[in-house]
Amino acid sequence: MVTKTRPVEVNQRIEAEAPAFRVRNLSFFYGREKVLKGITMDIPRHRVTAIMGPSGCGKSTFLRVLNRLYERIPGAKATGEVWLDGENILDPRLDVVALRRKVGMVFQKPNPFPKSIFDNVAYGPRIHGVRGRRKLSFIVERALRQAALWDEVKDKLKRSAFDLSGGQQQRLCIARALAVEPQVLLMDEPTSALDPAATAKIEELVRTLSQGFTVVIVTHNLQQAARVSHHTAFLLSGELVEYAPTEELFTRPKDPRTEDYLTGRFS
Amino acid sequence: MVRKEELSGLEGELRALGAQVIRALRGAMRALSRRDLVAAQGVIDGDGGINARRAALEERCIRLLATQQPAASDLRLVTGVMHIATDLERAADHAKGLARITLFIGDEALIKPLVDLPRMARLAAGMLSGALRAFSARDVGAAREVARRDDEVDALHDRIHQELFALMVGRPEVIRQATYLMWASHAVERVADLATNICERVVFVATGAMEELNPVPGEG
Repeated sequence: MVTKTRPVEVNQRIEAEAPAFRVRNLSFFYGREKVLKGITMDIPRHRVTAIMGPSGCGKSTFLRVLNRLYERIPGAKATGEVWLDGENILDPRLDVVALRRKVGMVFQKPNPFPKSIFDNVAYGPRIHGVRGRRKLSFIVERALRQAALWDEVKDKLKRSAFDLSGGQQQRLCIARALAVEPQVLLMDEPTSALDPAATAKIEELVRTLSQGFTVVIVTHNLQQAARVSHHTAFLLSGELVEYAPTEELFTRPKDPRTEDYLTGRFS
Repeated sequence: MVRKEELSGLEGELRALGAQVIRALRGAMRALSRRDLVAAQGVIDGDGGINARRAALEERCIRLLATQQPAASDLRLVTGVMHIATDLERAADHAKGLARITLFIGDEALIKPLVDLPRMARLAAGMLSGALRAFSARDVGAAREVARRDDEVDALHDRIHQELFALMVGRPEVIRQATYLMWASHAVERVADLATNICERVVFVATGAMEELNPVPGEG
């Protein structure tokens, strides 16, 4: 069955500025199971785009397509096109290491390396060949400042990352992702393991980061999507049901399925 | 996500507030027509209860916004209830104003028989109850129809003013009461405007679109 895409309808209210990603008729399969069905959307640059939907709707899979994190899963296959900087990132010839430098990822649970705070942030730049203590120190400080963590850790950079609280660890992971100067930051439920205070800090940070980065965030938490994102996409059973400016989607959704999901009448 | 019974509870409370306001308006008009100062005082005394009911309803909406984070049509409903409750309270203030005018005029003889003013009040009360029915049914067509009746109220208001001006010419002794009756007419005319506001809110809750139902030509 060919899934009909509705690029014009779903994208008509997304701003016209050159997008970070152009997703065209993207489908994704785990073996025979089709988990994303012909998704077409533009993800705007320097904005926060939230992907929401019930469990199993394909939102995390969608995020993983954007930096090809699905590659090692047996039977996983993406079709269609995802354009970033004039390249189709689904092209098998693409340099995946270079892609992941451009498109960083922050996961649900903070996953710092068993290293010092400094070495966690310096890890990526070192892998990409940055050498020299002064240069690394500069990059580490900039990334920690961008992640709003510098003031809390500047006097204990040599301490283990595990000495930090959960919220600080998550911001450290954000700093680690930012250290390689990506264009895009993908966040997969980045606050689901955090308390409300730590969540508030991350949400504030996400909004600030969008001034310099494109952020795509997957969240179960509707209110988080409403608070942090500029645009929201609603996925259901792998289909992009509605994609609109967040304020619009949360106050007057066009599709009855979005309405049902937002009001909890969803079955 | 809001529990359904919370939303129906809000609507029920709004209907009860609306019924109380309509009773106040009808009571105030009857008191003026019959020169019943006791009944007028009763309307004035009852206004505190309406204000308290509106405040409790607003508090209930705020609690719901804070604890259940409604979205989409639920959000529009909750904010709609808050707006409509405010409009109803203001309509009740106008009913109270009408009752006060009855007390100001006291037992002095009326300068003219009241015909158009009670008609206007009946129309305005009918608009309020029609707007609230349209809200319960989320009936955009009915809301538009109710809003259209505002023209009739405005026409009566103009006519009353013209008649009172005509009466005042050369008769300074009627100016005081004529002015009171103009205020009364103005109060009822405002109630009809508030009913129109409620109709606009019905359109918003039902469709998500903000729309002015009786735009003034040349404005906006």
